[in-house]
Amino acid sequence: MTHAVPVPHSFYRLASPHYFYEQSGRLLPWLAAVTLVLFLTGLVWGLAFAPADYQQGNGFRIMYVHVPAAVFSMSVYVAMAVAGGIGLIWRLKVAAMVARSCAPIGAAFTFLALVTGSLWGKPMWGAWWVWDARLTSELILLFLYLGYMALQEAIEERDTADRASAVLALVGLINIPIIHYSVEWWYTLHQGATILKLGRPSIAPAMLWPLLVMLAAYGLLALLVVLLRTRNEVLERKLNI
Amino acid sequence: MNRVSVSTAFLGLLRRDLQIAIRKRSELLNPILFFILVVSLFPLGIGPEPRLLGEIAPGIIWVAALLATLLSMERLFRSDFEDGALEHLLLSPHALSLLALAKVLAHWLVTGLPLILVSPLLGVLLHLPAEAIRVLPLTLLLGTPILSLLGAVGVALTVGLRRGGVLLTLLVLPLYVPVLIFGTAAVAAAAAGLPVSGQLALLGAMLALALTLSPLATAAGLRISAD
Repeated sequence: MTHAVPVPHSFYRLASPHYFYEQSGRLLPWLAAVTLVLFLTGLVWGLAFAPADYQQGNGFRIMYVHVPAAVFSMSVYVAMAVAGGIGLIWRLKVAAMVARSCAPIGAAFTFLALVTGSLWGKPMWGAWWVWDARLTSELILLFLYLGYMALQEAIEERDTADRASAVLALVGLINIPIIHYSVEWWYTLHQGATILKLGRPSIAPAMLWPLLVMLAAYGLLALLVVLLRTRNEVLERKLNI
Repeated sequence: MNRVSVSTAFLGLLRRDLQIAIRKRSELLNPILFFILVVSLFPLGIGPEPRLLGEIAPGIIWVAALLATLLSMERLFRSDFEDGALEHLLLSPHALSLLALAKVLAHWLVTGLPLILVSPLLGVLLHLPAEAIRVLPLTLLLGTPILSLLGAVGVALTVGLRRGGVLLTLLVLPLYVPVLIFGTAAVAAAAAGLPVSGQLALLGAMLALALTLSPLATAAGLRISAD
């Protein structure tokens, strides 16, 4: 029905699930080891050795779990939509499988960001949940992930499910900035800036370094989980054929 | 081979869909009844206090409009999918996105437009200030087409599924958030005596974006679903 767009050369080899499976298998142990080391370093450094905040005391330490989760909740969605788009346009099976594998870890990060955000909010803002702009757009992002996963599950034919959910992810990708800015605008419209916006002074280097380590750890964890899940998909679809 | 021009195909499809809708009069009335019913439930649940009702009226009317649109969306491609007319559309030499746009337009004319027409009445029922009642239909006029256009993408993706209804709401409702925010913000600003041109301009911008991009996504979704 639709005409396939010619595939750029560099895609040819990655497009083969077999090649992907082999290469990712070689990469996997190293990736897992580095991720583990980064997590241990970042957590111990951030939770035990970084200096306490002069305003928030030790409570700010949840930042080391919260901020990377929030950062990667958005980036994983972008990766998912881009991979889905590649799978849709060039009909690359591996890209479609990567897109499908991105959703659970992205949703988990979003959920983690919401939970840690509300745990952080309780002592700092005095409430478990406030309709803060960032919290609200994270909540909507979670709904977008859940919708994507629901569509994937609802369509039995894997190939159709991949293409349909890729369209959905791309529509969501266009909408995410619109949703984000409209929610921010909505919040500022409803009530003036109170203490909710944690005035972010330039963060002290002693606090920043563990955060950067944790960011790298979360990024690699996302990559690791996506690789593992995609390998599972490769095996599962091979069995189905 | 290509004897029918694009405009003829577009208008023909529009007329056909309108005719079908008008011949099923009961289905035509359902979304509007739903809209009125949901809005009139709120005073019963919250209490008849006029000041409180006036304050939350923009949100109530907009959320009810959103749900009424979504409720009626599922019919958009369903019968065409079941009787095979959709496959004829897919085989047509004209751009599927344009044909999908014709269907969405017909659907909006029979479901979105009546909502706009009764909205001032509901505004009066909920004690909205007069200034806000004047703005409310304007926001719905700009907003409901966006709801229909975005909803069409969701319907196109789920039309092949047996129980797509609940799934459709899960897919589409998060995308409706910006429309809800600016629609209610405009009405609330009008009630407070503030200028509303900014919110209306943003709604217009979103309408332009939805009008250009969502038919493409709808067409892609239909092709995938019909495979």
